[in-house]
Parts: sequence; C-alpha cells; structure tokens
Amino acid sequence: MSRESFKPALLLLEDGSLFHGRSVGKVGTATGELCFNTGMTGYQEIFTDPSYYGQLMVMTNVHIGNYGTHKDENESDSVKISGLIVKNFNQGYSRQLGDSSLQDYLEDNAVVGISDIDTRALVRHIRSKGAMNAVISSEIDDVNELNKILASTPNMKGLELASKVSTEKPYSKGDYTSNYRVAVMDFGVKRSILKNLEKRGCNLRVFPHNASFEEINQWGPDGYFLSNGPGDPAAMDDAVELTKLILDSGKPVFGICLGHQLIARAIGMKTYKMFYGHRGINHPVINVKTGLSEITSQNHGFGVDKESAERMSDVVDVTHVNLNDDSIEGFALKNKKIFSVQYHPEASPGPHDSRYLFDQFLKLLSEN
Amino acid sequence: MPKDPSIRSILIIGSGPIVIGQACEFDYSGSQASRSLREEGIEVSLINSNPATIMTDPLTADHIYLLPLTPDSIVSILEERQIDAVLPTMGGQTALNLAIEASKLGIWEKYNVKLIGVDLDAIELTENREMFRQHMINIGIKVAPSYIANSFLEGKEAAQKLGFPLVIRPSYTLGGTGGGFVHKEEDFPEALKRGLNASPTHEVLIDKAVLGWKEYELELLRDKKDNVVIICTVENLDPMGIHTGDSITVAPAMTLSDTAYQNMRNAAIKMMRSLGNFSGGCNVQFAINPVDEELIAVEINPRVSRSSALASKATGYPIAKVAAKLALGYSLDELKNVITQTTSAFFEPALDYVIVKMPRWNFDKFYGSDNLLGLQMKSVGEVMAIGRSFLEAMQKACQSQENNRMGLGADMKEWIRTDDILHRLESPSDDRIYRLKDALRLGVPERTLHTMTGIDPWFIRQIKHLVNLEEKLMRYNVAEDIPLDFFRELKQCGYSDAQIAWVLRINEEEVTRQRLKLGLTRTYKTVDTCAAEFDAKTPYFYSTFDGENESIPSENKKIIVLGSGPNRIGQGIEFDYCCVHGLFAIKEAGYESIMINCNPETVSTDFDIADKLYFEPVFKEHIDEIIALEKPDGVIVQLGGQTALKMAKDFHENGVPIIGTDYPSMDLAEDRGSFSDMLKALNIPYPRYGVAKNAEEALDLAREIGYPMLVRPSYVLGGQAMRIVINDQELERTVLNIFKHFPDNRVLVDQFLERAKEAEIDAICDGEEVHIMGIMEHIEPAGIHSGDSSAVLPPYSLSEDVINTMIEYARKLAFALNIRGLINIQFAIKNDNVFVIEANPRASRTTPFIAKAYNVPYLKIATLVMLGTHKLKDFEILKELTGYAIKVPVFSFEKFPNVDKQLGPEMKSTGEAIQFIKDLKDPYFRELDRNRSMYLHQ
Repeated sequence: MSRESFKPALLLLEDGSLFHGRSVGKVGTATGELCFNTGMTGYQEIFTDPSYYGQLMVMTNVHIGNYGTHKDENESDSVKISGLIVKNFNQGYSRQLGDSSLQDYLEDNAVVGISDIDTRALVRHIRSKGAMNAVISSEIDDVNELNKILASTPNMKGLELASKVSTEKPYSKGDYTSNYRVAVMDFGVKRSILKNLEKRGCNLRVFPHNASFEEINQWGPDGYFLSNGPGDPAAMDDAVELTKLILDSGKPVFGICLGHQLIARAIGMKTYKMFYGHRGINHPVINVKTGLSEITSQNHGFGVDKESAERMSDVVDVTHVNLNDDSIEGFALKNKKIFSVQYHPEASPGPHDSRYLFDQFLKLLSEN
Repeated sequence: MPKDPSIRSILIIGSGPIVIGQACEFDYSGSQASRSLREEGIEVSLINSNPATIMTDPLTADHIYLLPLTPDSIVSILEERQIDAVLPTMGGQTALNLAIEASKLGIWEKYNVKLIGVDLDAIELTENREMFRQHMINIGIKVAPSYIANSFLEGKEAAQKLGFPLVIRPSYTLGGTGGGFVHKEEDFPEALKRGLNASPTHEVLIDKAVLGWKEYELELLRDKKDNVVIICTVENLDPMGIHTGDSITVAPAMTLSDTAYQNMRNAAIKMMRSLGNFSGGCNVQFAINPVDEELIAVEINPRVSRSSALASKATGYPIAKVAAKLALGYSLDELKNVITQTTSAFFEPALDYVIVKMPRWNFDKFYGSDNLLGLQMKSVGEVMAIGRSFLEAMQKACQSQENNRMGLGADMKEWIRTDDILHRLESPSDDRIYRLKDALRLGVPERTLHTMTGIDPWFIRQIKHLVNLEEKLMRYNVAEDIPLDFFRELKQCGYSDAQIAWVLRINEEEVTRQRLKLGLTRTYKTVDTCAAEFDAKTPYFYSTFDGENESIPSENKKIIVLGSGPNRIGQGIEFDYCCVHGLFAIKEAGYESIMINCNPETVSTDFDIADKLYFEPVFKEHIDEIIALEKPDGVIVQLGGQTALKMAKDFHENGVPIIGTDYPSMDLAEDRGSFSDMLKALNIPYPRYGVAKNAEEALDLAREIGYPMLVRPSYVLGGQAMRIVINDQELERTVLNIFKHFPDNRVLVDQFLERAKEAEIDAICDGEEVHIMGIMEHIEPAGIHSGDSSAVLPPYSLSEDVINTMIEYARKLAFALNIRGLINIQFAIKNDNVFVIEANPRASRTTPFIAKAYNVPYLKIATLVMLGTHKLKDFEILKELTGYAIKVPVFSFEKFPNVDKQLGPEMKSTGEAIQFIKDLKDPYFRELDRNRSMYLHQ
C-alpha cells in the first residue's frame, strides 16, 4: 500500500484509448493482446500459466497482491503474461505461509505493470470492441512513440506461440514403475496438469512441441496427453500433423484447451478467434452425457467451431457445452478412446469440479 | 410450467416480528420467493404475524394470513384452502421451527402437504451440535474439539478436558442466545447454567475456542441434480470470537489464496451434499488458522439466512428467488441469470468491487446491558457499502451508519488516550474499528494491534493507510492547496468532504466547492454479477471516483425516494414498507422511480423494485451528488422515517423540490416552541412544557409545570434518553446526564399526564380534505413510548366525544401544517380532556399496520396525493375490519441478560405483530389489558 512513492505509467490501446496509472512491478514497457480475467483468487497461477504468453492481463478483482506469492503456486517456471493491469495493487501482503510480495515477485520476473486503472471501463471497452493489442509503459510518456511500438506488435490471430513456452528437451515425471505411461505433448503445459496425472499414478514423459511421432513412440506410451498453450491453433500445422498420427495410434488421448483445438483441427473441424474469449474461474459447463453441470476454470481466446461439429456428428460426439453461449466445451471421438475439453479441469486457479476427467482418462488407460 | 406438476398451491411461512438476529431480511427473501413462485403460475398463500412486511401484501401473494405463527394457525389455513406444498426455508429459524413442530404433530401428513426446499432430518442434524460434529468427522471435515453436556457434571468434565478459553453453545437457539466464551475457570459455572437454561433441550456443546482464527462464510445453492454453486464468499474482518452478525464483513474474501479458497469451497460442497436431499440455499461457516491455513467447519445452515440476503445484494444474484424455483424442481442449468438475462443461473458471481457490511448497534437503548461483543448477536441492523476498494467501501459503511460519523474517523469523534483505546480493543464493542484507527494514529504498532484483536494484518495496514493520508493532508491549509491527484486519492479512499474539512479545520462547503471546481464528482458503476464480462440489464448502481460513469440519466420525469438506512430501534421495517409502496405508486403515476438506501436487508434495495437503485449511504454528500446527476422532479422524504426527513432542510436550502408537505411546515411540526404556539392559536390543549438550557432553568420550570415531568433532549429519535422524573433530585441528575451525552443541545420538559390514556391518529391530507386512516387507542397508559405500546384499532374504550375531538384536532392540525401526504398525531386523554402531544409530518410506524388491518392501499393513496396527481376524492376507500386489530410490540430482551423488561418513554421494542380479535372478551386482549401498567418505569 505504500502508494506515497509512485511512478506514473501509461496504457495505450490499439484504437487510441489512453489510460493514466501508476507503475507496478518492473519499470519498463510491455506489449501484447489485452485480455481480462474475472477470477477473484489465484492471480499467481494466472500470471504463470503459459497459455497467457504474450498477453496483457487485466484483473477485474479490485485488489491484487493481498496474499503475496508462494513457490508452490506457480504454474510454470516463470511469469508468462507480458504485462499486468490492475485497479489497486498491494505492495505488502498478508499470508504467513507466503514467501514474497507480488511487487518483488514481478520485479524478479521482470514484469511491467500498471495500477490505478479503471479496469471495469477497460473490460467494458474490450467487451464492446473486442480483443485488441495494447502497450503499457512506465518509461515512455510520448504517445507517438508508444504508437510505433504498438504498430510492431503482432496480431494474436495467426500467431504460433507454443514454441516460446514448450520445453526444449524431453523430461520425465511421476512414478517410472507405473503401468500408465503417458506421453505429454507440451505446448505450454501447466504444472497442475502434470500433478493431477502424477497423483493418479501416471508415469509421464513430457515432450517438446516439435518432437517427432517416432521419437515419442520409442518411449512406448500407453496414452497421450495434449496440453494447453498459447496462440492460434490455425498457425500450428506441424502440431496438427503430429496430432493426426497420435489419434491414429489407437491409444487413449486426452486434450485440454489448445490440445482440444488441435484434436479438432486434426480431424478436420474448424477453430476460430473469439470476440473476447473466456477467462475466469466461474464459467458454467454442462456435461450433456450426465446432465450434471460444473463450474470451470477457463482461459481461451480461440474456440472450436460449432457448425463443423454438427457437420461431423457421425464421428464427433459433443460431450460438454457452455451454458452461457452454447459454445463447444468438450467432445469425444465416436468409438475411440479420445476426448478433450476446452476448459481447465486441473483448475489452479479455480474450482475442482471437473477433475473427474483425469479419472476418466485413467479409466481409458486401464481398459487399454 | 413448474417442474413438479403436482404442486399448484404453496404456503410460505414468514418469520414473524423482528427480533435481534432475525430482521427484515426475511421479508426480502419471502417476498422474492413469492414473486418467483407466482411467475411459475403457482398460487401462493402466506402466513406471517408481522404487518409491516411487503410479503403480506396483496401485491405479493394470492392469499395473506396475518395470523400468529402457531400450529393452530397452520391448521386453520389448511382447513380453508387446498395447499399442495409448504416452503418453510424463507422465514428464518422461526419458520423452520414452526414447520418442524407441525410435522411432529402430523399436520403436514394429515393434510397431504409436501415440504419443499427443506429436509427436516438435515435441519435436525445441523441444529444439534453434537450430531453435526459427529457428522463432520464422518465425512472427513475437521471441527473444533468439543464435548456435549446435558448436566452440570458433564459440563465440568468437558471443561477439564478442553481447558480455557472455551465456548458454550446451547442447542436449538437463535443467534447464539445464551452462549458465550469462558476465559477463566471461575466464570464457568455461571455461564454453564445460563447455557443449559437457554437450550430448550437443556443441552450445550462445549467447544475449544479457536479465538483469532480467520472466519469465512460461503453462500451456496444446490439443485435436485446435486449441482452446487457458491454465490458469495464473505470474509469477517473481526475474526472468530465475535458473532458473524456483529462482525464487519467483506466480500469478496480479501486475504485468501486460491489454494486456501478451493480447499474451503470443496469442503462446503461436500458438507452441503452430505445433508439429506433438498434443493435450495445454504450457508456454511469456516475458520482458518492463520499460521498453517488449517480449515475447520464452524456451522452450516441449510436455509435462506441473513447472510443470503446480504450475499444477494453484494453480488446481484437473487438467492431467494432462485432457491424458490429450485424448490419447485428446476435445476440451475435450466434457469437464467436475471441480471444479464442471457447467461446461465448456474455460475458463480464475480465481483469487481468490494462490499463492506457493518452492523448497527443500539446499546444506548438497553441500560445496564453488557456491550461486549461475543458469541451472541447484539446488533439491531446493518448497512452495506460498495466501493472500488476496501477503504472506499469501509468509509462509506461508516457514513451509512447514521450515527453522526463522517467516515472512519477524522471527524472530531476520535479518542486520544492510548490506555482507554487499548482497553476498548481488548474488550471489543461497537466502536472497535474506530478505536483501531485511533490506536494506529497514536503510533501503536500494527503487529501489536494484530495480536490484540486477531484482525488480519492486511486490514490493519489498509486502515493505517488512512492515517498516512491524513498526516499528509494536514500539511495543507486550505482546500485550494490540495493537489488534484491527492484529492482524487482521498476521495477514492472514501473520505467525505466533511472529513477532509475536519482534518484541515475548514468548512465542509469550502472542500465541496473546491472538489467540484476540480471536477472530482462521483461516477456510478453497475452491480452485474459478472465483473462486466456480459451486458447487464439491471439498473443497480453504486458510486466511486473512477473514470467511466455507467448511470446515464434518462429524460423521463422522475422522483427519488430516500430510504431509512439501517434498522434500529424506533426505525425499522415499517419505513421500508412505506418506501416500497411509494416506489410502486410513483411508477403508476407515470414517473421514473429512483431509490436510495444502504440497508441490505430491505425489499426497497431489491434491484427490481425501483426503476433505478442507488445502493448508497443516506448521507448528505452522496445524496446531493445523485440529485445533481439525475435532476429529479422531486424527492420524497416522508416515507423513510426520521432519517429521510432530516435531509429536508438541506433540500429546501438548495432548491431541491420536496414532494408533499414542504420544509417550513415540517420544521414547524418538529420545533416544539412554534408548534405549541400554533396549538395555542388553534385552541388545542397540550401538556404544559418548557425548554431549558441548563439544570438551573429546568428546576425553575419544574415550579411552573409540576411533577411528574417528562425530560428529554430536543431533536432526537424514538424517545432517546427520555425519562420521567418525580422530584428535583432526579430532574437534576437527568438533565446533567443529557448534557453529558448531547452537549450543545436543549432540554425539553413536559408535564407528565399520569394515568392518562394515549391514542394516535394517522391521516392523509391533500390540502382540501383530511382522511382519517385510523385511530388507535393504546392499552398501556401514557409514559410508555408509543412504539412499545399495544395499539388497538379502532379505539375500544374512548367516548364518542373524545374520538370526535381527536378527529377535529387532527383536521385542524393537518390544514394548519399545510400537510400534503401523511401525518401522525399523538394524543393523551385525561378525564376526557384531549391533549395533543406531538405531530409527525411523515409516514409513521403504524401506517403499514393500519393499511393491513383495514386492507386499504394507504401508502399508494398517500404517495399519489403527495405527487399531486390525485386528490383524496379520486379514491373510494373501503375499510374492511370486523372486530379489532391490535399492534403488539415484540422485544429482544433475552439478548441482554442483565437488562430488565422496564418500559418507559424511550422505545425498546425491536418489532411488532398484528393480532385480530373479534371482540373485547378475547382472552388475548384481556391478558394485555390486565398487564397494562405493570412494566411502566421511569
């Protein structure tokens, strides 16, 4: 709360809207696509989620930083958002188990942020105008210069980003004696996905996004997991080709988020860029198989086209639907051990309502 | 179509009179539920003995039963009407208890009535603390170590095992009655005895006290498919040890990580799903050890509660409305979010603001009461405030309290002696948050304060920020010196202009003028359940100092209704009833209706009552700014009790049109001197009186007036600090005491008409005609506050001459005061001589009672008359009443074990019930009449 000493900062949007605020985190300049998250807990998990790579994150919760940070609550080895936009930023924190203030954490991770922004006005702006690029700066106060920086910021549509966050080398996790050998395709996998698989006794081998099918198969997996990650699935032809081979392997496959979109593209469905995405931990999804509903954690700016699912209803079985906008949240391939969801059953942050999907995957593995 | 086609007719049970721990939130939930069921084509019958409720209006339900909440009443309803199902979860513990009793008597079975929205076994399980504890252990949820005791011996054994401090909780009681902490062994026997006595089954649970643990509440909804959502998570600023009803609470949770929160969410869902089979609302309370984040369950209430009303207002999610639909058999995924109208009701609201709920206490009304806060709820009302930061919401909550505070300190009411302050922090009372700030201002370390109070360091640091801001502000001399950015920061932290003025020792007007010059005005944001993710259709606003304003004024003709703020003794649900009807009438007359209020328990702050709702403090600065934005055609101050009426002067001076009776007339009625002069001119008798500036003058007046006399400070509400004195010594003591508590005031001394009868009239005047709504004769003699008296409508023992005289005086006064709208006149009758005691140019506590007893929409008529769109002659008024209706006061004395039931000129009742009797032979009436003078005290 030591707002006594602060440095002014600017937020400039692609459409020319300008906001004045105060610098938080590192002093510097950051660009990316603006997106907002409505979760009221779990900022650290959000910041470190690789799916947010390259994005400027607007937090709608009005106090951020209250409980500091904790080393066990990272979803990857570093902060992945490119910049942070908040209303009230807490320099100090209160949590006896915590290890650091958010300010120190952002500085250590070289993340530029801005506070004292009318975040609600910003969200309403994005809601009516759609997702767009923006720049934050606490070092440049010349709008023309900021506009130049903005002009060189790439559009998220058609952007491949998984290569920026994927592991470079394969690595192993979990119980190596386990009978459930799962090959994890890392397009930006969250740690809690791996934890959920590990907890259920899986032997994991995590492969880089560009691993070849042969390399993966040499390890002898019993099943495949296709991870979440950033960017546009339409710009990932290599990954789609790999996914086709994985789907044809006859072994159980589970996909989350980007992984879900890759499966869709691999079987010939379309994906599209959403107007402003789903990001938060309160999104309602109905499981059309059981009739039960779940509150889900979501983070995606691209989705799977509903019409192509209808067109391909002979092979695609839609299993989960968003109760707000009827968009596709999950599907299975008929007569195959392949299923995927658009949302995040591993949560972190968010409700644990959907963790049964990991059990479902384990069941497929055990039946194999 | 309802999901269960066998249910076509439903009975809703209300919560009866208002007592501490069960207030008008159940009028809110009951009326929401009723409207929700009627949307589904259900025929709704409603039983409640509280006449001042919206739920008992013909507008709300199809069949209203203003009957005592007893099994007999239930039987009489079921005899008369085909009822398919009963919904007992909307009327608090009272309704549940009645449902349980009727079930035990086999009434539901006999009449083939289905219980919906509830599982009685689940209720039993949650009410019996030992069963609850065992159940929690069985499903793997931790609870505080505890033992059950049905005897003195068992209690002592338990204490020996647990050690001190510990908690005693009697089973089956409301709001923690009879329970409490025991810190020392020597206090244990007395506390144990009280607990065993308080429990109807003479059973107590003795828990290890987890004092200082962080305390949270979750509001859940479950449907028949076992889908569960968390509507709201509330963090108590005051940690474990203070009843949640007496705690300052904050939403969303401020100091919870996602890990800790999801752990709690999982536990809450597990607990709710383990409780039988019912669809509806549920409240779960948890404690978290701040050291290692260990979680324990404190309690679970499987029904709509006080906190669900708060959660509805805090998030915009109408819990009772949805719970009623779930009880009919709908599942959450089948319902829509009524705020967005496009998204699903199966979701968890996201807040992009902070709400602070602050209790309102009335300890001054209970002399000799122990004002220490603990396990037993003692507040009589609450306010909620919304801001874009914790500090903004916190200060707005203080401004909403209506106790002359201008915010959280910086308003001349600070304490300066460290010892006194620290002592108060050790024994928490109603001023704890103010003393916390005082201590920070005096330099007491944050760490020390955390240790003393258990309040999370995050909140303490926030409040410390205010101290820093004030230190910085003190460097300036005049308002013009404050830099724009700093001025904005002050306003964003919730400071009122009055506080800034106090810190600079300048006039409030100077601050306001400079602020407006800088263009620092409030912007309004919408409460929309979804943090702006979706477009909201609901006009529910709060103010802040942020960039974008979402409240765009319409071009319509519009009227603002001022609400009555927090419930307190003397001003409760009656005025909310009046406001709601005022809003309906305004709409009917073709105006846009705008409501301003800050009481989350009320129906008037339901977002679909007015055309536009501002959830804001009824505080001058906030009201002025809404008026400046909306530019209404007028403001109604007659309906919101004394709170709203007090604003009239300011409106008058600033040229804001007041609807109905104008300010000079109101002032005339309020000012004792000019009012008496007017009575004299009209040839209306009144008790001898005088005004004294000091004890000397009061003693002189006593010579003229003669004992016994009534003594009170000028300009106070509900007979506050009013006493009857019988000799010089008492007079002197009383006067000195008044000046101590109300410095710079004057003392009014009246002749006390001993053994006189009291009566009152409520009337409507349109300038041409006066309509007498009702004449009520009090059973108790003069000397007992009218709010504490049983009032019989119509009079039962007054002579025709007396009644005619009263009517004549009422007419004369209404015309002389130039009333447009409502007036209430109080009379004393001694030896058939009629005296006028006072006149109130506004809706009174009895207005709703008369409307209910006669079944006449009086508030609608009065509002249309005020607006000038109608005259009294436009209405055909048919009073329907056979026999008599009695308004019976209800007290909450059991909450204050050291206070006797002594009635006097100062009001003490918290609520009221209506009782219809056929004739004066009625045993209920005879009992009241026999005891009429018994409790009269000075």
